[in-house]
Amino acid sequence: MIFSYIKRFFNPCVFRYFFFFTLLCLMTLQVQAGSVETPKEPIIFTDPQVEKDYLQLAKELRCLVCQNQNLIDSNADLADDLRREVAKMLKQGKSKDQVTQFMVDRYGDFVLYNPPFKTQTWLLWGGPFVLMFFAIYWLLKKIKVDAKEANTDSAELSEKEKERLANILNKK
Amino acid sequence: MKKQFMTPLIVFALLVVLLVVGLVKAKYIRDVPSPLIGKAVPVFSIPTVEDQQKVFSNSELKGQVVLVNVWASWCVSCRAEHALLNKVAQQGIKIYGINYKDELSDARQWLSAYGNPYVKNAHDITGRAGIDWGVYGTPETFVIDKKGMIRYKHTGPMYQQDIDDKILPLIKQLQAET
Repeated sequence: MIFSYIKRFFNPCVFRYFFFFTLLCLMTLQVQAGSVETPKEPIIFTDPQVEKDYLQLAKELRCLVCQNQNLIDSNADLADDLRREVAKMLKQGKSKDQVTQFMVDRYGDFVLYNPPFKTQTWLLWGGPFVLMFFAIYWLLKKIKVDAKEANTDSAELSEKEKERLANILNKK
Repeated sequence: MKKQFMTPLIVFALLVVLLVVGLVKAKYIRDVPSPLIGKAVPVFSIPTVEDQQKVFSNSELKGQVVLVNVWASWCVSCRAEHALLNKVAQQGIKIYGINYKDELSDARQWLSAYGNPYVKNAHDITGRAGIDWGVYGTPETFVIDKKGMIRYKHTGPMYQQDIDDKILPLIKQLQAET
């Protein structure tokens, strides 16, 4: 149990906030930290179309470590590996669909921020429309009822209301 | 009670049910179901941690029911799990390791310090094999059947309860398969 908390603490998503804090501490203390990680080589594209495809894919694919971030946003080590893998495959001339399939084969539909429509996801895609249908139905019904009430002559009391009025007056 | 008061109450009750289910399930939500279950182990051929001249490849994972454990010396949860792996290995269950994105010296030091439950370890320094195995959070443990198919995946550290309730019964069941 305790280890899952430790793990969460060392989770890169949380860790980056601590990173800046640590950096600040290191600078003020002027500590010579020898083993600062060497920055990795940037991903460079020569073909603008490939770069465009890469950016689109990296935005649509989810980082498995920081699960609410896509590959572009995530600082996780795995996200970096996957970004490089995506770039490598696109440079090799693989299509966006092929790269997407590569990711789905390994991590499932979960990696897709834009999931396909199938039996498991019909509620996800159809849910809002079902809700909207009910909302419109309810709204129309309400409008109808309100219109009916507005149409009835408000000056005229119904039998029930007359009776109630008589009761109140009689009580006095 | 009047009908007009009932409607919001019912809506509220449904909302409560939805949120409670969400809360209970949230504990497990990080576990991404692996699409690799029911499929053959990914193809790999990687030098071992023990001897860089020797190679560990997927073809060795055939013919018997084994566990494949993905670990690293930098992984805190792996440290938590390690004693249990030693214990499981002592019970005669074969565990193969994939040493994920680790320095060779760190991995070797780990094995000599904490015990080595593994038959052998692939030294996946780049993490490329990890991607093929769909690894996203070490430690991860796979149960491989006699045909070399992945039958189960456990993400995160295993506890005694996971071994007793899930892993051991499954291994027994898979060993009975021809």
